[in-house]
Amino acid sequence: MTAAPPLASADRCLPNGGLPAAASLPSPSAVGGHIAARGLCIELGRGADRFEALHDVSFEVEPGEFVCLLGPSGCGKSTLLGALAGHVDPSRGALSVDGAPVAGSGPERGLVFQHHTLFPWLRVVDNVAYGLRMRGVARAERRERASRLLEQVGLREFARHYPAQLSGGMQQRVEIARVLINEPRVLLMDEPFGALDALTRLHMQELLVRLWSARRPTVVFVTHDIDEALFLADRILVLGPRPGRLVDVLPVPAPRPRTADWLTDPRFGRLKRHCLALLRHEERQEPLERLSPIGLPEVSPPSWRFAS
Amino acid sequence: MSAVLDAPRAVAPPRAAAGPRRRAAWAGRARAAALATLSLVACLALWHLAATRHWDLGVLSFRLVPPPLEVLQAAWDLLHSPRLAQHLGYSLWRVASGFVAAAILGIVLGLLIGRLRWARAGLLPPLEVLRPIPAVAWIPLSILMFPSSELSMIFITFVGALFPVLLNTVHGAEAVDRRLVAAARSLGTRPDRLFLQVVLPSAAPAIVTGLSIGMGTCWFCLVSAEMISGQYGIGYYTWASYTVQDYASIVVGMLLIGVLGMGSSVLIRAGGRALMPWQRIVEERA
Repeated sequence: MTAAPPLASADRCLPNGGLPAAASLPSPSAVGGHIAARGLCIELGRGADRFEALHDVSFEVEPGEFVCLLGPSGCGKSTLLGALAGHVDPSRGALSVDGAPVAGSGPERGLVFQHHTLFPWLRVVDNVAYGLRMRGVARAERRERASRLLEQVGLREFARHYPAQLSGGMQQRVEIARVLINEPRVLLMDEPFGALDALTRLHMQELLVRLWSARRPTVVFVTHDIDEALFLADRILVLGPRPGRLVDVLPVPAPRPRTADWLTDPRFGRLKRHCLALLRHEERQEPLERLSPIGLPEVSPPSWRFAS
Repeated sequence: MSAVLDAPRAVAPPRAAAGPRRRAAWAGRARAAALATLSLVACLALWHLAATRHWDLGVLSFRLVPPPLEVLQAAWDLLHSPRLAQHLGYSLWRVASGFVAAAILGIVLGLLIGRLRWARAGLLPPLEVLRPIPAVAWIPLSILMFPSSELSMIFITFVGALFPVLLNTVHGAEAVDRRLVAAARSLGTRPDRLFLQVVLPSAAPAIVTGLSIGMGTCWFCLVSAEMISGQYGIGYYTWASYTVQDYASIVVGMLLIGVLGMGSSVLIRAGGRALMPWQRIVEERA
């Protein structure tokens, strides 16, 4: 697997600046999409419980860029991700991918959840091949393509297993493969490694960077882990809580491929201290409830019920 | 690489522990089987005593109850009679057709009601009114409504099975994980395919439970229907035995119904397990 050349960091800070490195890749459908948010506000809840989860957020993400949304729990970063995925509707403002307003969900914007959402009734290989089935790809071909992708995430031998038979890290790898098979232009990830142990998380981060380098989708990665954001991101968008708003935008100047050296680089320490100061400043007394990329649960109970 | 580190959860328990644990499990199962047999034998013995000694407990009298051996003899006779196949054939046909109709309608309506607001508002109120009416209460009207008594009996079994299937399907469809639905949408599932791809398999365990309960109610509704309007069938056989004072055959009919009801429920559950191999894994992890 060959890593794509690192982007010039200066280009990434400019809106619409720089040619996406992914343009040179052979598969044009896998090239990352351009994301633009302008004056984005999102309100959640009903009636008196309604609150503003996101307030006047504007940013752009370049094609093929790896962006981390960093912020404390409940600051609205998952809600923003849900809006990008098309599961949460913005109240005000505009959100577009490749110039087209986001309307509903679709396979070109793949979403990876914190806890896997694999279909328990499908074997691993069929879970991965699911997107192809929805597109009408013949069974033999989709199984073959799914197997190839499983090989890339190191799970070829587990193709015939059911999701419940895998460990958390493996489930998450299958979840990523299931999204990648659709060759999404945008990969949206909601704290995908947050529930994994430290060592597994490290492996998963390396795997993700490898997969991203080979395909170059635009990645929006939600995390509250500063180290994770600094290791993965080209650029970090720092969000503050209630209402969620953009507090700072930090380019990460480390070249790729990144190694353990970067973790001990003085610039890494400086950025980390800066992030910590930002988050500490923004943090409230009590942590807020975690929000989900699919909005709040249904509040109104069904009016008619079988009395049983 | 990392596959070595985060090994699958599916690994068998360490070999050393497997032996004693399996032996303990065997011992436990053997004890349970012994207890079950003992209780069955005790019941039979009690029945034998009560019937042969003509126990009279005031409100409850065993004077006319046939003892087990007489019942066994009657069962033996029925087994060698051509009527058995006829009775069985009719009963099985009625249960099967009523059950299949109830399963199809119950699952389709249940999925709609469980997932769609308009279906809930439009379909649930009349069903809620009809649900508490026992299937037996439908017998007079069904005789009036259907041209043949055969159809009216099938209708009764249908009514009996419909509500358990419907109810469980509604609950199953309501309980579908929203995250799975969102994930399916993000993977390119159109709304019309969502039902077959996500809602139905998610609700499948609840539906199988409903089918298994519905199968049981099917049998007892069939028996009531056959007692009133029938010429063949196990229920008819039971009732006819009473009218000709063949008391041993009553018990044979009763036991036959019990065995058939249990057998068909077991069949449904086995079918469910065969169709949902993932379910056992999920349950084991829970």
